[in-house]
Amino acid sequence: MLTIKDLAVKFPSRFGDVTAIEDVDLTIKPGEIHGLVGESGAGKSTVGAAVIGLISTPGYIANGEITLDDTDLRALTAEQAHAVRGDRISMIFQDPQTSLNPLMTVEDQLIETIQTHSDVSHSEAHKRAVDLLEEIGIKNAAERIKSYPHQFSGGMRQRVVIALALCTDPELIIADEPTTALDVAVQQQVLDLLRELADRRNIAFLLITHDIGVIAQIADRVTVMRNGKVMESGETEQVLGAPTHPYTVALMDAVPPLDRKIARFRLPVENDIAAQTTAKGADAQKWLLDGEQTPATGLTVKNLTMRFRGTRTSLWQKPDHFTALDDVSFAVRPGTIMGLVGESGSGKSTLAKVLTGLLNPSDGTMTLGDAPLPPAKQRSRHHPSRRLMQMVFQDPYSSLNSRHKIGAILSEPLWLYGLVTDADERRALAISMLDLVGMPADVIDKYPHQFSGGQRQRIAVARAILARPKFLICDEPTSALDVSIQAQVLNLLKDLQATFGLTILFITHNMSVARQMADDMIVLRNGKIEETGASETLFTTPKAPYTQTLLDLTPKMPSEWRRAG
Amino acid sequence: MVYFIIKRLIQSVFVMLAVAFLAFSLFRFVGDPITQMTGVETSVADQERLREELGLNDPFITQFVRFTGDMLQGDFGFSYRTRQPVAEMIADRIPATLELGIVALLISLVVGIPAGVYTALRPRGVVSQTILMTTLIGISVPTFVIGIMLIFLFGVQLGWLPTFGRGGTVQIGGWESSFFTVDGWRALILPAITLGVYQLTLTMRLVRAEMMEVMRSDYIRFATARGVPMRRLYLKHALANTMVPVITIIGLQFGGVIAFSIVTESVFQWPGMGLLFLESIRFVDIPVMGVYLVVIAFFFVLVNLIVDMLYVAIDPRLRVKDAA
Repeated sequence: MLTIKDLAVKFPSRFGDVTAIEDVDLTIKPGEIHGLVGESGAGKSTVGAAVIGLISTPGYIANGEITLDDTDLRALTAEQAHAVRGDRISMIFQDPQTSLNPLMTVEDQLIETIQTHSDVSHSEAHKRAVDLLEEIGIKNAAERIKSYPHQFSGGMRQRVVIALALCTDPELIIADEPTTALDVAVQQQVLDLLRELADRRNIAFLLITHDIGVIAQIADRVTVMRNGKVMESGETEQVLGAPTHPYTVALMDAVPPLDRKIARFRLPVENDIAAQTTAKGADAQKWLLDGEQTPATGLTVKNLTMRFRGTRTSLWQKPDHFTALDDVSFAVRPGTIMGLVGESGSGKSTLAKVLTGLLNPSDGTMTLGDAPLPPAKQRSRHHPSRRLMQMVFQDPYSSLNSRHKIGAILSEPLWLYGLVTDADERRALAISMLDLVGMPADVIDKYPHQFSGGQRQRIAVARAILARPKFLICDEPTSALDVSIQAQVLNLLKDLQATFGLTILFITHNMSVARQMADDMIVLRNGKIEETGASETLFTTPKAPYTQTLLDLTPKMPSEWRRAG
Repeated sequence: MVYFIIKRLIQSVFVMLAVAFLAFSLFRFVGDPITQMTGVETSVADQERLREELGLNDPFITQFVRFTGDMLQGDFGFSYRTRQPVAEMIADRIPATLELGIVALLISLVVGIPAGVYTALRPRGVVSQTILMTTLIGISVPTFVIGIMLIFLFGVQLGWLPTFGRGGTVQIGGWESSFFTVDGWRALILPAITLGVYQLTLTMRLVRAEMMEVMRSDYIRFATARGVPMRRLYLKHALANTMVPVITIIGLQFGGVIAFSIVTESVFQWPGMGLLFLESIRFVDIPVMGVYLVVIAFFFVLVNLIVDMLYVAIDPRLRVKDAA
């Protein structure tokens, strides 16, 4: 049994120690899954790192006790601590793409780990490794074990990671966001596996996640953290069913519901920033509306196909094609939001790239409003659609040039499309636009790295809007953000869409978010449209079995746990 | 894999053709070959006859094709200076330069890689800082200064090692080697160190930077969390993953070591290709210079081909998915 008492971790800095977590108490019994939930910066991962003794330097444990059964983990020497790692405590990381050594076969990595912790022969270790992979659901394990990590799919790779964490029969496994990088279908399988392992092998799990849905589904107990402190802790049913702490309530409220559509995303604690728009923002709004003489613009796509050439394996054979989009046809009605959902690899982002002219389609036609939208190769850099169609990307950390000030970033569409010729005017408009997305004026002379993910995404939205677009493509705009920040950004998008009559193609893998945002929906799978239609109809009475599967797999809370709203 | 190598070979042919073209242009257009070959007493008529005999009046393309064809058959022409076949002169000198380059490379790897790993794992240690500082000096001081300082210290002051030449050599086939005599090794040490210092520093710093990067990666953290022994973690997991960029640079640099051993060879009067090249420049021995160019380019192409194949050997992700 793991017991944590009064744990505090500090990071020394030039201005004195920064406290990452403090007063953390936690116990996990064998066979129990203990969920540790909170938003980024809450200190969840630091708790896990402290238990396994891998706090990133220069952080240190300032106070508290960590004991595993009778072993005081803090009293161990470096060698003893390293011997405990893997043997009694293991860890599962977030991203199966990066957590396996790419240069070693799965076999080598498993056998190495087994032999490190128990004195067995190579063939014995090999046998154990194969059995374990079979147990964990990898078919044909005796063959597959010889593969390298890149030869496994994402879900299978996470199984390999779990096998590695499991191969030494640890008492405790720390799972740090084990399903965040996975598709819902795979996520479900991995969660089931964790539950099964806890029950059958009596392993204690510390499940670190930001997703309350995941916690609701498999955790026995839950601890809610915020800013390094424990807010609330207890049985999952009790904490999530009848939360007593306002932060838990707020956190649960921010999770968009899957089973109904609500007018606005609810925000925890912070106020609704977009609603605070002051007089300053009115200038930008007026300027944007001045350009708004034409009615809203729709988009029609017919028989769009995108084939990629595969890797060449021989001099004589033609390489195989990979079809990312297969005969895709749909229409986005003017002034509405079209939701596009699908798992990774379904062709969502490829579609966005084809529409914006970053990829040349193999076949098909596109029409923006009344004018045909030429394919990438024939679309000149001065084509009107370059301005009319704007994009908001998934990762706000890489979509803003880190060497440009916010002022320069926001002015760019203004001079690029020749909208405003005077530099001072551009600056004034940029400041006003910042107000419209709920950011103060002094932001203009700062650099992107000075902002959080949510703030950056608002800047990215502002940049897109300043081009006076008619059509906006949002590619997973909030999947890198916490739920509360997600709520803010999505509310902002909804407001802007309503004000300026934008047409939006909203790409997401999150069904709940799609339901809140979209008027119409497309469900994409392996480059083909599985189902399309009015959003509410699709969610209440899905026709395609695949849509039903996606809905079933999305982790949700028992409905009686949520307050009426 | 086979496809990949064939593709690379085809590319290499084009590179070699381009270099041959450069070498030919050098031979044909830098100065008039006839005036180089003949003295003042040769009559204009004789010069013209010679020109016709040597085919210098043929169209440019014909001459280039003939030049390339001759090269492919191993006929590299004759030196203006010594009247010897260039092929022989180069073949005489290649062993000296290659042996020097290989030993310099080995020194840089044997010292540079462990030093890089060590300084990456203990970035703030006194030893690491000292190593980094010393090598910084090593990389800032020009090669010939290092050579002269080594000669002064070990050759002149202490009198431990010879200061010039190859020492004792042994003929094996057509290859004149200094690997088989003590004297030869003694003569090799100083020039090899001089030549290897720059590459040593580069290798070390590159290994260090890559290693620090890899040590932060998820798979190293995961391996640590599994309790994989530290030694194995560093040497098997981490070091292998630093190798792809490191061998790229080592490969490019090895070509450079061979090509630019000129300075070291001249300081130590090492009878290699670099020294030959210097002498050829002094006497405007255009044929030798042209062939030197082609031979060096050939080394570069060869080394890079080997580097490309090493990538595939190291990184399974680059292998064609045959059974996927």
